[in-house]
Order: sequence, then structure tokens, then C-alpha cells
Amino acid sequence: MLVKVQINGEKHEADVEPRLLLVHLIRDVFRLTGTHIGCDTTHCGACTVLLDGRPVKSCTVFGIQAHNREIMTVEGLEQDGKLHPLQEGFMEEHGLQCGYCTPGMLMTSYAFLRKHPRSTEDEIRQAISGNLCRCTGYVNIVKAIQYAAAKLQNGGA
Amino acid sequence: MALRTSPAIGGMGHSVKRKEDPRFIRGKGTYVDDVQLPGMLYLDIVRTPFAHAKITKIDSSKALGVPGVLTVITGQDLAKYNLHWMPTLMSDTQMVLPVEKVMYQAQEVAAVLATSRYAAADGVDAVHVEYEPLPVVIDPRKALEPGAPVLRTDKKDKKDNHIWHWEWGDRAATDRAFREAEVTVKQDIYIPRIHVASIETCGCVAQFDKVNGKLTVWMTTQAPHAIRTVFALVAGHVGLAEHKIRIISPDIGGGFGGKVPVYPGYVIAVAASVLTGKPVKWIEDRMENLQADSFARDYHITAELAARKDGKLTALRIKTIADHGYTDAAANPSKFPAGLFHICTGSYDLQAAHVEVDGVYTNKPPGGIAYRCSFRVTEAVHTIERVADLMAHQLGMDAAEFRLKNFIKPDQFPYKSALGWEYDSGDYAAALRKAMDKIGYAELRREQAERRRRGELMGIGISSFTEIVGAGPSKHFDILGLKMFDSCEIRIHPTGKAIARFGTKSQGQGHETTYAQILAEELGIPVADIQVEEGDTDTAPYGLGTYASRSTPVAGAAAALAARKIRDKARKLAAHLLEAAEEDLVWEPGKFSVKGAPNQFKTIQEIAFAAYTNHPQGMEAGLEAVSYYDPPNLTYPFGSYICVVDIDKGTGEVKIRRFVAVDDCGNIINPMIVEGQIHGGLTMGFAPALMEEISYDELGNIQGGSFIDYLLPTAVETPKWETDKTCTPSPHHPLGAKGVGESATVGAPAAIANAVVDALWHLGVRHVDIPITPAKVWKLLREHGVAE
Repeated sequence: MLVKVQINGEKHEADVEPRLLLVHLIRDVFRLTGTHIGCDTTHCGACTVLLDGRPVKSCTVFGIQAHNREIMTVEGLEQDGKLHPLQEGFMEEHGLQCGYCTPGMLMTSYAFLRKHPRSTEDEIRQAISGNLCRCTGYVNIVKAIQYAAAKLQNGGA
Repeated sequence: MALRTSPAIGGMGHSVKRKEDPRFIRGKGTYVDDVQLPGMLYLDIVRTPFAHAKITKIDSSKALGVPGVLTVITGQDLAKYNLHWMPTLMSDTQMVLPVEKVMYQAQEVAAVLATSRYAAADGVDAVHVEYEPLPVVIDPRKALEPGAPVLRTDKKDKKDNHIWHWEWGDRAATDRAFREAEVTVKQDIYIPRIHVASIETCGCVAQFDKVNGKLTVWMTTQAPHAIRTVFALVAGHVGLAEHKIRIISPDIGGGFGGKVPVYPGYVIAVAASVLTGKPVKWIEDRMENLQADSFARDYHITAELAARKDGKLTALRIKTIADHGYTDAAANPSKFPAGLFHICTGSYDLQAAHVEVDGVYTNKPPGGIAYRCSFRVTEAVHTIERVADLMAHQLGMDAAEFRLKNFIKPDQFPYKSALGWEYDSGDYAAALRKAMDKIGYAELRREQAERRRRGELMGIGISSFTEIVGAGPSKHFDILGLKMFDSCEIRIHPTGKAIARFGTKSQGQGHETTYAQILAEELGIPVADIQVEEGDTDTAPYGLGTYASRSTPVAGAAAALAARKIRDKARKLAAHLLEAAEEDLVWEPGKFSVKGAPNQFKTIQEIAFAAYTNHPQGMEAGLEAVSYYDPPNLTYPFGSYICVVDIDKGTGEVKIRRFVAVDDCGNIINPMIVEGQIHGGLTMGFAPALMEEISYDELGNIQGGSFIDYLLPTAVETPKWETDKTCTPSPHHPLGAKGVGESATVGAPAAIANAVVDALWHLGVRHVDIPITPAKVWKLLREHGVAE
């Protein structure tokens, strides 16, 4: 089936099997490998992307369900060579180690901050509870999101 | 330790932002599954639903009819090349694919090669396998009983399921100390099977170039060089020679010990690529990862501690049954079948100790890796810290006071333990006192007494652990005969920029940054001007890889020593440029100046340029060095953790109110990275303490084989860690560093378990096995009549 999508503002199309998962469409067909696969059961969140602005776990969505829709992946966060405050925050606050879960963390928190620009630490922890990380212990991930929230409040990006 | 370099240079002690982060936060890392090659085929694996069964038939005919499927590989196919069995790291043997019977649920049975991931999965579904179930042995204690079915029928003359007996220490002296003891405690402790569950699963892309006879494998491995040698040794007979094998370990999404072993999937993918001449990708899914990759722990321990009435410990005695699954594939140094478990005397000064471990075959996946700890030290620490607490309670002493009384004292270092280890340095009391101050220990004890009067359940748990890392000194440490040195090779380019390559391989620890900082410290070249590379056996010097917190203790030392060799040559070049005698030159990071004439100097960059443009007659051009570092001893980081828990009498839930961790890893290279490692380690200690467990029913069906039922902590459950440090440099490490990546995993579970038992002690509870789940606690509360 022909699937046409816009990913990070660019048009892509491909003829794919109806059962092809969105994560494989993004990674294997369109070669945007920032989105990762960590489980088969929608628990780890490494494959989180935005579909029409809403975070989805792309291992549980068929590629064709994204037909004529907009997808945003981690590669779309940086704009005109400028890092998004979340990307900056993850670097500044040492919010990543192996980096494998990081794209999913970034996309989940990107969508969260857009809806909840002012949030408590507990709300942030709840917001990323669908994203698993084995390296960092979460403390610094939360700090990274708080860093971005503060910067966005002050008019950054 | 005072900073010796400016922030612009960024040597030791600076919280330099990580050099690896810019690619990861943009999604530009390269993990194995990101590698896509022209004409690449996909491999998927047929796995058995039975834990023990004879294979009576494998019918591939339907699978071969699936569009895209090229072939189905069975054990019989590999047997033609004698590749159906492979050696394990512990010199046992492991099936690549079975020809007769399967030994655990989810074992590889056959492999399907196809043109796409999905076609390969379709092929797997279409392979028809017939089994004849055999009796299943799950409990290692039952496996040792006379009459238990013998599992390893492939081993001639094997009459039981016992793998090895290993013991260490002075049995007679220990028995005598127990006979003479005024107080003893004894406890059975089970440390269950758990899984590292790195978020990236394992996999590889194998590419055999038939024309040049060269095999390249992109692979999730923590030890690329060792893998290359193993491949060459095992498959030399089919033409794979070591100089024609290139292992590339690209970005790795977490390892934690789980990416040390060789899994059958890797071998099948390599075999498939050699047979077809095409690149073959194998990436396991999460269920395969949890169900078939190496487990950790699985120790059934009986521990006894002896003491005098005044609280002075005298002896420790431990017996352990180690469940190794169907084959002994533990990832330990060859000489230590139970890893470094005999560090179990911990932080305490004991006269005598004796430890026995028996390895046992069962119908479970093979392995035995360390889950972010160095070779079973977590089991050792958990055991000693649990029984130390039991003893303190038994004696009616405060748990902290008891520890302070029994710690090895600072003036006893270097300290030879009753089990033969030589601890390098430490000040255990300083770490515990700092943790007590930080958490407000005395006040918490008062609060606990108050709450207990009100019927509330609050506990305070301490774990004062000693880690043992930096494997290791070649006189004791090898894997399959390969001595466990590590390496660094530095090349300084004419313009003063450098590239450094290492035999280790980061899985997220931040090597690109910390190694660059070591070189910046030693050479004064800014961190930004140093490129660090690892994980490519065609370019990196030979090393044993990254696990057991060995990178800073071993390869970090190699970096310092290689840099010092470069400095020695740089001094000669500077003397030539400044027309001064070498001994008249003074080094400070970044330049040599003339003694008494500080304005006369040459920077390391000027010296580097001269090494290629203006070196003295008779001197070789270039500025390069390599060091293969064989550590004289292991390093012994330590710490004291205090955990405060409140237990909900309605649900049995254990809530961690506070957790203070004071760590001592000697001199610190990057404080930000060290703190991050401790946060991560604490979370990986917290998880097995309260959540993680892989168990099996009596038929060998895995309970907890996906993230639906194998519980990992999220940001919601994970406590807010409070960290602090003391600093006792290692006397034998060139930088005084000790390593830190695993300390917290090792130390945390006992602090949590001790806190829970402390909360329940007055009810008569003496021990709770981890994971301390709400169900387990609630049952205890019911038994003691306090559940609400």
C-alpha cells in the first residue's frame, strides 16, 4: 500500500506492506534511525514519536495509520542548527548515558511540555513513566526536562 | 584533589560536558540495528516452547515456501562444519543449534534467513518442530538429589548435574572460630535470577567478503577483541583467521554485563553470512532477550557469622548453590568459577572465613553475568551486609555502631583479608559517618522509636560495602587464557590534536569524555582536541573490554602511562627547541618551560609540530605511544548507603522515603559523570531489591519473559537519590582512581533489604528475600497479625 507521510516537515512516500510497523517505516524505509526499538510490548518508550503532535509508541502503530499525517521524530527537534532546549537540557544536566532511550524521552517530554509548560517534579516523573531508562536513574532526566521548561518559560525556542 | 588544569583544557576534576552527547540527542548515534548494508539478509530464530525435550523432527518445507525466505538453518546444517556446539567462557560447551534435544524454554532450535525482517518472522512461524518432552529440572537443590534426571547427556560419563565445587579460605580456622564463638547467626538467603534488560537488545550484522576472505561483524559486544580471538579459535577450521576478522562494536545501548557472552544468534548470523556471502542481520526482540540471554545472580546461600559478646566479629562461613542453567557459560575470569564472590568478608576485619560454592546444571538459560557488578560481588555484599545486620540486631547493638566497631581501620591498609584479597585503601568509618550526618541518623532512630510506639512501620537500613573492580592483574585474571590487561594508543598530529584508541568499549559510561580528560590532565591538550575511539578491532589496540568497572582502573591507567611516554619524548623535543638540558625543563600541563625562566617555554602543540618538522637528528619523527597496562592489584572502591523506608500496612508496599549514598572511588576524573554513574547504579540496585525477578514454574515456563511481567522501575517508583562522597585515592593506580560504575548496584539492595527487616524486626521478622514485593511483605504482615 502506498503510504505518504510528512516527517519533520519533509514529504516521504513508500509502497509498504499493510502490517509494517510505523517504527520500521521510519527506521528501515525512510532511514531515520534516531527512533529506537527497545521492547515488543509498548513498555519502554524508546520508539516514541509524535503523530500529528501527539506522542505515540511507533512499535504499536502501523505505518499506514500514519498515511497523510505528520510525524515528528528526534531528528526534527533541532531547528536551523539550533538545539531544542530539551536537547540542551539533556546535555547540560547529564540526562543520558548510553543514549538509546534518549530520543523517546525527548519526544515524550517535548509533547508534555507543550501541554504542561509549568509542572512539578512529580508531574514530570509521571509524564515520562512510559519511557524506561536503565543507565541514568531518572534524577538527571527530570532535571533536564526542568531545565528545558525553565528555558521555554523564558522565551527560549 | 586540586584542579591542575584550566576549564579550557578540562583535565581531571572538571565536570566536562560529554563529547558523545551531541550525536545521541540528535538521534545520530549508530547502534547495531542502524547498520543497513546493500543486499542485507535478515535472520530470525525458531525457539522451543519446552524447557527440556527431544527434537524428533524439524520440517522446514512450509517455511521454504514463504515469500522471501531463502533457507532454514538447523543444528544438522551446522554440524557439517562442526559449528553446532561452541565453547563457553568457562570452558564448558554450549549448543549453537541443537541436533538432539533442547535444554531450556526459548532455546534456539533453527534459524530462518530471509530478505526482510517480516519474511524471516513469517518463516519462523512456518517451521514445524516436533518434540518429545523430557523431565524438567528447575530447582538446583533438587538437581543435586540422587535420582535427579541427568541433563547433560552429551557429556560422556556425566552421572549427575553437579558442575564444580569451589572453595576458598581456611576451613579449619573458620570451624574453630565458630566453635569458640559467643554469638552466631545463620541465614538462608536466595538472590534470585534477574536480567540486565539493557534497553537495546543484542544483535549483529555479519558481512563476509568472499573475495578478500574478510569477515566484518558489527556487534553489540562489550569485549570486541576477545570476541575476535574466540571467533578465530573456534572457527579457524572453516577459514576464519584472526587478521581477517574485524569486530566493530558501535554505539551500544547499555551492556551491564549482558553483552559480554557470545550468544548463538551471533554465531548463526556469521555462519549464514559465510555460507551466502551476503550481509546478515540478526537483532533479537525483547522477549528473546529476557528469555534466552544470560541471566544474573541465582545464588542459594547459607551464611553464618560468628562474634564475641562485645560485638567483635570473628568469622564468616558461607555455602552456596549456584544455578548455572544448562551450561556453565558464566562470564567470569577463568580462575574464579564463582567470580569474585569470595570478597564476601566485605568491609569487616575478620580472623577467619571460608566459602564454598557448587555450580549446578538445570533446565534454564545458561550464563551467569554480573548485572552491573564485578563478577558476583553483589551477591557477596548482599550476603555480608544482611548477616552483619542480623548480628547487630542479635547483639542488641545499633547497626551503625556495630559496623564502626568491625570495620577494617584506615591504618590497616593495605589490608589482607581472611580470604586473601589485598584491599588497597579505604576509610570506611569516614564514609559511614558522613552518610549518618547527612541523613540525620540519630534523629531518625528517635523518630523510628516514636512511630513504632504508634504502631507504624519504619525501618532504617545500612549497607557499608566494599567493591572489587578493575579486573585484572594478569597473575590471577584471564578469560579463556587471555590475560586481562587493557590498552591505550595515542597519536599526536602535527597541529597538536590527538587521537587515542582503547581496548575497552563504552556502553554509555562516557569514555570519550573521561579518557580525553585523562589525556588532557597528562598532556595539557584540551579535551576538545582529543578524539577518543574504541570498539573497532582493526584500529584499536588489543584489550579485554569494558565490564567489572575495569575501564578507568585498567584502560584509564594505560592512558596515563601512554601519555607519560609521550611526555618523555616531548621533553627531549622541548630541550632541543629551547636549547636547554632536559633536566632543566619544568612540566606543567600543556608546556615545558626552562627552570628559573618561565617565559622561555614550548607548548605541547609547538612540540608536536616539531616532532614532524624540526626533530633533532637521530630522533624518530612523530609523537605516538601505546601502553598495555597490567594492574598490580585490583581497586577497592567503597561506600556507605543508608535507606529509610515506610511500610504500608494496608498494601505491603515499601516506600523509600530517603536514600543517602556516600561513595568513595578515589580520585575523580569527571564529577558529573561519576554522579550519573551512581544514580544509575542505585536504580539498578533498587530494582532487584523491590521489583525484578525471573522465575520459572515446575515445567520450566518462564515467569517474567517480557516487560509486561518483568518489572523495571520507571521515574515514578525510583527514589530521589541523595549522593555525597569521600576520597581515598588508590595507592597503586597512576591517577589514584578506583572506578565507580557498579558500586551503587552492589551496595544498594542490602541497604533496602536491611531497612525492611529493621522495620519488621520487632514483629519477629529476621529476613526477607529480594525482590521485596508488596505481596511478600503483605503476607508477612498477615502472618504477624498487623496487616490492615
